[in-house]
Amino acid sequence: MHEFLAQLVNGISLGGIYALIALGYTMVYGIIGLINFAHGDVYTLGSFFALTILTALGVSGELHGVALVVDVAIALIGAALLCGIVGVLIERLAYRRLRNAPRLAPLITAIGVSFILENIMQVWKGPSPVSFPAVVPNPSIAVAGVAIGAQQILLVGLAVVMMVGLQLFIHNTRLGRAMRATAQDRDAAQLMGININKTIMLTFLIGSALAGVAGFVSGVYYQSTWFFNGFGAGLKAFTAAVLGGIGNIGGAMLGGFLIGIIESFATWKFGGQWSNVTVFAILILVLVFRPSGLLGEAVFERA
Amino acid sequence: MIYVYFLVAIAIVVAAQRVGNLRAKRGLYFALGVALLCAPIFDRNDATFNVLADAGIFVILALGLNIVVGYAGLLDLGYAAFFAIGAYTYAMMASPQFNLHLPFWLLLFLAAAFAALFGIILGAPTLRLRGDYLAIVTLGFGEIVPQIFQNLTKYTGGPNGIGALDFPSFFGRSFGQNTIPYYYVVLGLIALVLLFANNLRDSRLGRAWMAIREDELAARHMGINTTAVKLAAFALGASFSGLAGVVFAAKLSLVSPDLFQFQVSVLIVSMLVLGGMGNVPGVVVGALVLVLVNNVVLPQANVIAANVGLHVDFGNYHFFIYGAILVAIMLFRPEGLLPSRQRKEELHHAAA
Repeated sequence: MHEFLAQLVNGISLGGIYALIALGYTMVYGIIGLINFAHGDVYTLGSFFALTILTALGVSGELHGVALVVDVAIALIGAALLCGIVGVLIERLAYRRLRNAPRLAPLITAIGVSFILENIMQVWKGPSPVSFPAVVPNPSIAVAGVAIGAQQILLVGLAVVMMVGLQLFIHNTRLGRAMRATAQDRDAAQLMGININKTIMLTFLIGSALAGVAGFVSGVYYQSTWFFNGFGAGLKAFTAAVLGGIGNIGGAMLGGFLIGIIESFATWKFGGQWSNVTVFAILILVLVFRPSGLLGEAVFERA
Repeated sequence: MIYVYFLVAIAIVVAAQRVGNLRAKRGLYFALGVALLCAPIFDRNDATFNVLADAGIFVILALGLNIVVGYAGLLDLGYAAFFAIGAYTYAMMASPQFNLHLPFWLLLFLAAAFAALFGIILGAPTLRLRGDYLAIVTLGFGEIVPQIFQNLTKYTGGPNGIGALDFPSFFGRSFGQNTIPYYYVVLGLIALVLLFANNLRDSRLGRAWMAIREDELAARHMGINTTAVKLAAFALGASFSGLAGVVFAAKLSLVSPDLFQFQVSVLIVSMLVLGGMGNVPGVVVGALVLVLVNNVVLPQANVIAANVGLHVDFGNYHFFIYGAILVAIMLFRPEGLLPSRQRKEELHHAAA
């Protein structure tokens, strides 16, 4: 029982990261029907941006007090912003021209962008894993005999805040409404005076910024990052988005946490070498038997 | 010297694609075939034929994937999985691993059959998915297969793989360490695969594939059994990959799971995209160009850079090259460098 709860806590933490990445997949898919294959690499870029900012600030270990709040905020917001900009650039340079092309063309382009980003990161930070400073102190509290670290609380808390904020934004602002309208019917939205290009740009900006946040958080949590991280994490986050029902924001969160928990239990029960096989098998099964995902039918609205 | 082979082969294929005259076209291909067959008589450089045999293996892979992606329009991002299945078939049945020493020629057929079987197993439940979902499912399959080979340490040697594979033999004469016999095997297989690919394209099945590629709904309403026809594409494409896997494993005398990662699948997709999906000469040229760049140009660039005191490893830029090819071609010339006429018109029509 104790081990079960400990794995559950692990899984939820991991799931928080997947959920943040999955939001970007689901938003972009919802609005232009593209599996943005490069999204996982934007997440890795986020951890590298955060690392670079922290290094520039002279941070190399645990922080306390005001410095903790200020430096973490700078690194977090900086990584999110830079990733947002990268996301917008990718859309502008690689995807926009192909918006009306046959469906597979932008997907192939996205794979190309992913490879380019991976190569850039490999040259930038080297081919081996890079260590990330443990900026956030990690005292743990025991709940029912299971140690929960401050970093885990921060991670899940941040993920939940981001998701709630995103929901509020999409449902309560003009821009959010424009995004939902564009997702439902691009041509009709354009006729209603919505600037489609701007709306799609905004979608990429927000989705990529969330990936940047995930990158920072995972850097702090794992204390290491690697240029190729985004490939696996991206696929799992995409699995999460599909499991939850792609195009559906709530589904992406649910799917993210589920995939995190499943991976964590698979690692516990079958060993780490089977966790990827388990997750990808789930991806295949979900796509084959319920391509609309868990929440895909109940909630029709897409963002 | 190695450049001469590649450039001549590429030039002849391009020229044959350009000339309209059927007899001239056949003459050019015949000349190329004869030249390739006779080359080892005059050139005794083993290293050259090593690279050429590797290039040939990729030509087979590209032609196989072309049936799935180019003809039937099903994007398969896990094609390396079938390559792995072929290679491991040879590794497990012709090595000290289980003390089975089945002959190479038998295993060629067996591996092709196994790969086709797995193609059907993967295809049967997934082929009703829409294009981009199918791509992701095949990607997942492509990730699972090498991982399973890596995990089943007891049977597959785990991350280290299986080594000391048997040398194939031909009428009792072992290939040994020579690369030239592999070169001839690869040439023979390419001839076989080309025969299949060309004849299939103009067959009832080939027309059905292209109909599905253009408009699946319309194809179904014209009475095409889309599931069966797509499965045939998957099975045939996979079996070519299985063949290539056997030759690859035998030539290397080693298999390990990291030889069949996602990058390999994307490399083969890049060959198709570069050359022109659906067009056999284009695909061959795409494969030759990328092998030339990967196996010849980049290593030589390293040597040159080292000579002038630059510490650059151009081998680090493989990803960048594949990525740039995919992006640039899709944006600026989606039909590829050497497309068939119909495909070119289709794509430009669709974009308009």
